[in-house]
Amino acid sequence: MSKLNSLAISDNGFIFKPSTGESFTTNEIGLMIINLLKEGKSADEIISVITEEFDIDAISAGRDLYEYLDFLKREKMLD
Amino acid sequence: MEQKKLTIGVTGLNNIDSPGPGVSVIRGIKESEIDARIIGLAYENLEPGIYMPGLVDKTYLIPFPSTGSEAFLERLEYIHSKEKLDIIIPNFDSELYLFIKFSDKLLEMGIHTFLPTMEQFEERHKDNLPEYAKKYGIKVPESRPIVNSKELSNLPKPLSYPYFIKGKFYEAFKVVNNNQGIYYFNKLSAKWGLPVVVQQAINGTEVNVIALGDGEGNTVSAVAMRKQYITDKGKAWGGITLNDERLLEITHHIIKETKWRGAMELEMIKTDEGEYYLIEINPRIPAWVFLAVGAGQNIPEMVCRLAMGEKVEPITTYKYGKMFIRYSWDLIGDIADFEKIVIFGEL
Repeated sequence: MSKLNSLAISDNGFIFKPSTGESFTTNEIGLMIINLLKEGKSADEIISVITEEFDIDAISAGRDLYEYLDFLKREKMLD
Repeated sequence: MEQKKLTIGVTGLNNIDSPGPGVSVIRGIKESEIDARIIGLAYENLEPGIYMPGLVDKTYLIPFPSTGSEAFLERLEYIHSKEKLDIIIPNFDSELYLFIKFSDKLLEMGIHTFLPTMEQFEERHKDNLPEYAKKYGIKVPESRPIVNSKELSNLPKPLSYPYFIKGKFYEAFKVVNNNQGIYYFNKLSAKWGLPVVVQQAINGTEVNVIALGDGEGNTVSAVAMRKQYITDKGKAWGGITLNDERLLEITHHIIKETKWRGAMELEMIKTDEGEYYLIEINPRIPAWVFLAVGAGQNIPEMVCRLAMGEKVEPITTYKYGKMFIRYSWDLIGDIADFEKIVIFGEL
């Protein structure tokens, strides 16, 4: 099972990592990114969805996405 | 199990800020299908478990193990003559030696226990951990037993600050300089005796496992937990069950290799690199056992069944993300109850 799929994520943005017992909270965009990653979407596809759903341009969305991916990797939630 | 009512003696009723496991053990038994009469065995007049409503059917004071084995056995014989005990579950490290030593004698009396052998109990002592690790292929931090505070100023490499200094049975303090080391050495040796153990501090997260071995190398139960909140006494005030496969593999390995009999708690440090270091083996049920019950593995019930000679099938699953949070609660008691414990040693 991938690291992402082993996470327990609620609709409220509460993330529980069963392997370490740690928990995190995320906002609406973070939750959307995680769900899109779990669906196997590419970075470009995720940026496209974010710009459609939120009032944000592609450059800012890209910067936010890569920051978020760094966070997920740093916390060992993403392979 | 046939529905015979079992009379079960339980120690460790000191449900205080550094709690004994007795109250949680009793809660586990009461949540099981075992029809039990619970006999509390207390060392102090004010152990809260004595007074908690609905917990014990009767409590007897027993002498501290340090009083000597004769007084200890005499008291157990008296209690047994009154209560016809089927099982005793001892819950303190410091009393285990006597219960293990006299387990055959207790069995002759009709009292069952389910404890490690004396060899298993002795070889996992803190001061023997390096040899234990080598024998069973487990990683442990550098450590050294010491009997004189002068040794602290000349610890062999690679031991260095910060390290933990640990009492023979309980308590550990982090040490960052020699004066601190001497202070804690004196404190720990006065309280728990010698040796005192110096153990290299390892950076990482403390993770724990409660486990039960059947004495034939099988792990009957194992639940992994991470402390979420630790008191100033180093005790868990909150914890959460984990899905940590490597940690459980190590547990199964230790139980298989040692043919561990009875309950145990493994205390380990998981480093950021994913390595596991064993820092301590407690040869008994830990105070957080009720979390394991809540997660689906009733270890007190299984201990009772194994003690009575039943075959217990291993449980390999439990719920992850189950939490416990301790709390304190003021009980209102009556001086008449306190008087009975003080004067008669029974309530």
